[in-house]
Amino acid sequence: MIDKGKPRGMTIAELQKGYQDKCFSVKEVIQSCLQHINNLDNPIGAFITVCNETALEAAEKLDEGLGRGEDIGPLGGIPVAVKDNICTRNIRTTCASRMLEHFVPPYDATVIKLLKNAGAIVIGKTNMDEFAMGAASCTSAFKKIRNPWDFSKVPGGSSGGSAAALAAGFVPLALGSDTGGSIRQSASFCGVVGLKPTYGAVSRFGLVAFASSLDQIGPMTRTVEDCALAFSILKGRDPLDATSVEYDGVFDYANALDSGVKGLKIGIPGQCLEQVDEEIAESLLKAGRVYQESGVQVEWFSLPEMDLCPAAYLVISSAEAATGLAKYDGIRYGYCTEAANNPDLDGMIRRNRSEGFGEEVRRRIMLGTYVQREECSSYYQRAVSIRNKIKNAIEQAFKRFDLILTPTSPVLPFEPGDNKGYLYNEARLGRFTVMANLTGIPALSLPGGFSRAGLPIGLQLAGDYFSEDRLLRAAYCLEQRLGLFMQTACVEGDEA
Amino acid sequence: MIFETIIGLEIHVELKTSSKMFCACSTQFGARPNTNTCPVCMGMPGGLPTLNQEAVRLALRAGRALNCEINRVSRFNRKNYFYPDLPKGYQITQSELPLCENGYLDIELDESEKTETETTLGKDAPSRCIKRIRIARIHLEEDAGKLIHPENQPVTLVDYNRAGIPLIEIVTCPEAISPKAAVEFLKELKSIMEYTEVSDCRMEQGSLRCDVNVSIRKKGDEKLGTKVEIKNLNSFKEIQKALEWEQLRQQKLLRTSLPEQIIPETRRWDDIRGITVPMRAKDGARLGCIAPEPDLPLLDLNDSSMLHFLEESLPELGAQKRNRFVSRYGLSRYEADILTKSKQLADYYEDVVNNGAHPKEAANWILVELLRLWRMSEHREIPVAGQSLAELIMLVDEGEISRNAGKTVLSEMYETGKDPRDIINQKGLAQINSENEIKKIVEAVLDQNKNAAADYKKGSTKAAGYLMGQIMKAGEGRVNPNIAREILEDRLNKL
Repeated sequence: MIDKGKPRGMTIAELQKGYQDKCFSVKEVIQSCLQHINNLDNPIGAFITVCNETALEAAEKLDEGLGRGEDIGPLGGIPVAVKDNICTRNIRTTCASRMLEHFVPPYDATVIKLLKNAGAIVIGKTNMDEFAMGAASCTSAFKKIRNPWDFSKVPGGSSGGSAAALAAGFVPLALGSDTGGSIRQSASFCGVVGLKPTYGAVSRFGLVAFASSLDQIGPMTRTVEDCALAFSILKGRDPLDATSVEYDGVFDYANALDSGVKGLKIGIPGQCLEQVDEEIAESLLKAGRVYQESGVQVEWFSLPEMDLCPAAYLVISSAEAATGLAKYDGIRYGYCTEAANNPDLDGMIRRNRSEGFGEEVRRRIMLGTYVQREECSSYYQRAVSIRNKIKNAIEQAFKRFDLILTPTSPVLPFEPGDNKGYLYNEARLGRFTVMANLTGIPALSLPGGFSRAGLPIGLQLAGDYFSEDRLLRAAYCLEQRLGLFMQTACVEGDEA
Repeated sequence: MIFETIIGLEIHVELKTSSKMFCACSTQFGARPNTNTCPVCMGMPGGLPTLNQEAVRLALRAGRALNCEINRVSRFNRKNYFYPDLPKGYQITQSELPLCENGYLDIELDESEKTETETTLGKDAPSRCIKRIRIARIHLEEDAGKLIHPENQPVTLVDYNRAGIPLIEIVTCPEAISPKAAVEFLKELKSIMEYTEVSDCRMEQGSLRCDVNVSIRKKGDEKLGTKVEIKNLNSFKEIQKALEWEQLRQQKLLRTSLPEQIIPETRRWDDIRGITVPMRAKDGARLGCIAPEPDLPLLDLNDSSMLHFLEESLPELGAQKRNRFVSRYGLSRYEADILTKSKQLADYYEDVVNNGAHPKEAANWILVELLRLWRMSEHREIPVAGQSLAELIMLVDEGEISRNAGKTVLSEMYETGKDPRDIINQKGLAQINSENEIKKIVEAVLDQNKNAAADYKKGSTKAAGYLMGQIMKAGEGRVNPNIAREILEDRLNKL
């Protein structure tokens, strides 16, 4: 039900309809959105920065346009929450780190430009694991994030703030980044949809790098339809990102969702039932049945290479992070220690980095530096050869199947403080997700059910390179059949 | 004990592109500090490098001019070290898979150098021999920023305008050559880089920089001696001095049986004291670890957008041009050598010839008069148009003005840029060729110098010279001397 004046929890599609039918103005939506965040986000901690003034200014401009009968764009008036590792012009971009606590970029990331051109309004910057390193959103230098479905649980990571903002109904669209599963795992923990596109499908210009060969920006939404719409805006080659590629055609994702899944072949790796929470396994089996009923050919197969992924991921991501984060020396911008603490140049850089980075980031830089030392290069070389092996296995798998179905996470949302979110466990938690980053294939997480305790369970669909259309179509089918979409976590103080 | 000096060179050449290696910032030299910068070359969060295609093209040209094998697929790497002039904390360079490998450059050496060169490939001229310097690799990389230490202030300033300027690094194989030969190689290399328009090679602006590696071994030894690197070499002259000094230093230590005092280190050339001084030891930690560059895809020349770079034809190089100047214009090797030392001068010469000047005369005028003026002046370009110089040369050839007057006209042209005819008219320098006019002058001179005429009659040849001098003086140097001499002799014989 669309309730005028209460657009909280609405989807992009519903807001668009509302604007079309003049149920509310853009300003009303943005005001309501800001009000909810300012009133309710305190216990959740989804946002690091809320853009009260700039969002309202942008809303007023769009309303003027609407008044003149102008087209306000495919995402006109849609509030979007942006993970705080994506640069936003004149809006602080911290990466949830002391190192960049006061960093205000003079430029927009390409995805932000695309969203703004489409009429979307940046409502705020979302909390995350520091420099996106973590799987539980526990390493933010500023505050922890709570899962809106159960405040005692983590929202997943590292895009936990974006996922929580969606689950709490603050926004219909958020941007996340995914290096080893950050979009999908937090989408799974918070019961929302998250897409990690094909590597190169979305420009990384303006994304603060964690590991450049694995990082990818993607949309997070509450429905598959919204996800498809957002992806169609974000995709495409960017001259500013040499690793981005042309994404052919102007495929109308949102409208092609209905075209069905009949005749598709979906493979489920047998490893998905090993060491996986029982309730998650049940959801997976149920999804398999639903697909079969929809005319999809579902087959079990063996993908042992999947078990090699976490170790290779650990080495490669840390190695790239170690060099990628070398620019943070505190000389041109960023955290700089007190002058009195500067014994000399090397000492100053050392102090800036020791004091500016949190423990988890420092740990990964040290690991990444270690595996790249000449005498240790075999670690890195082995990781690279495993990566090639996995690529081959995936290519073979997609000769047999159109899509691969797995759980997103092997475990349900857990309680913070048991260290599960850190380095070694992130890799283990990413058992099903890191494969897509190592190979570059697209993968999407969508709600697949709820545990008996009411915690969301996410399922992952992975497709061949540049097969986002098929991926979204299959996800849409499951979403409609399961009827789970559009559920919003009940946040305390909601009706107050 | 006979020693052999082994020299390896690492030459950084700034590529002549209008924008930086990995972003669109200008490469203009001398801009206000930190104005040619952007998020990418400043190492801001989220910045990504994109490859400058023009830089690839120029590097390929350099590679082909230096007879290199071209790697169809090459790769970029990150060289990590912390220093304030390095904005990203790493330099993007090429490591295990560079763009060009296994090249060479042949240089001509005096026969006296031959004893020090191992492989003489053949004789060109009787007194010269050719030495082949092998080039190990040429790779693309980006420059760092510049640290400025203002005097009497306890601060260091950083200018990032230079950060990200495209460079190629040319690395030679260690060769047994003399310091002089090393400098000959550098001169030839510089000429090639200028000819191919790969670089301006302005050492004073740092667009050509060279570090050298020196080691000494006993002649006949297989194993190379301990290598010492020398930095802070700002001109060819300094390079030769530094190499000679370092060669002597190491030889002395070897002679006095103190070879262990030669350690693998980087030394700095102190050009004021004229010695090399220790800078830092090669301890490994400073070398920086090399990692892949995941922000740039492989540089694949098979890629359709790159293929045309491979097919591009090379401009004529200095050595080819030198031979052509000898055969086509009939110049001596020496003349051709100097004229082709720089592309600018060679192009100028051909411009003058193409505008009608006799090739041999054009070479004379340029090599003797013009170069003298150019060397004394501050001009970067030759301020006399090729067409104007050609005109002047033809005026002299045709006897319109005397050779001496021509020199005066050229100086004036050089100063003012005026047309030679204007200057001749203005200064009244046109040669007097009219027999009647010259006769009048001769008569007047004979009238005033009756004694000299009488002496001539008595058989004094000196007197004739004296009288010619007086005639030229009376004609203000404009009298055509050949006609004047004929008339004078005729007149004297009739006395």
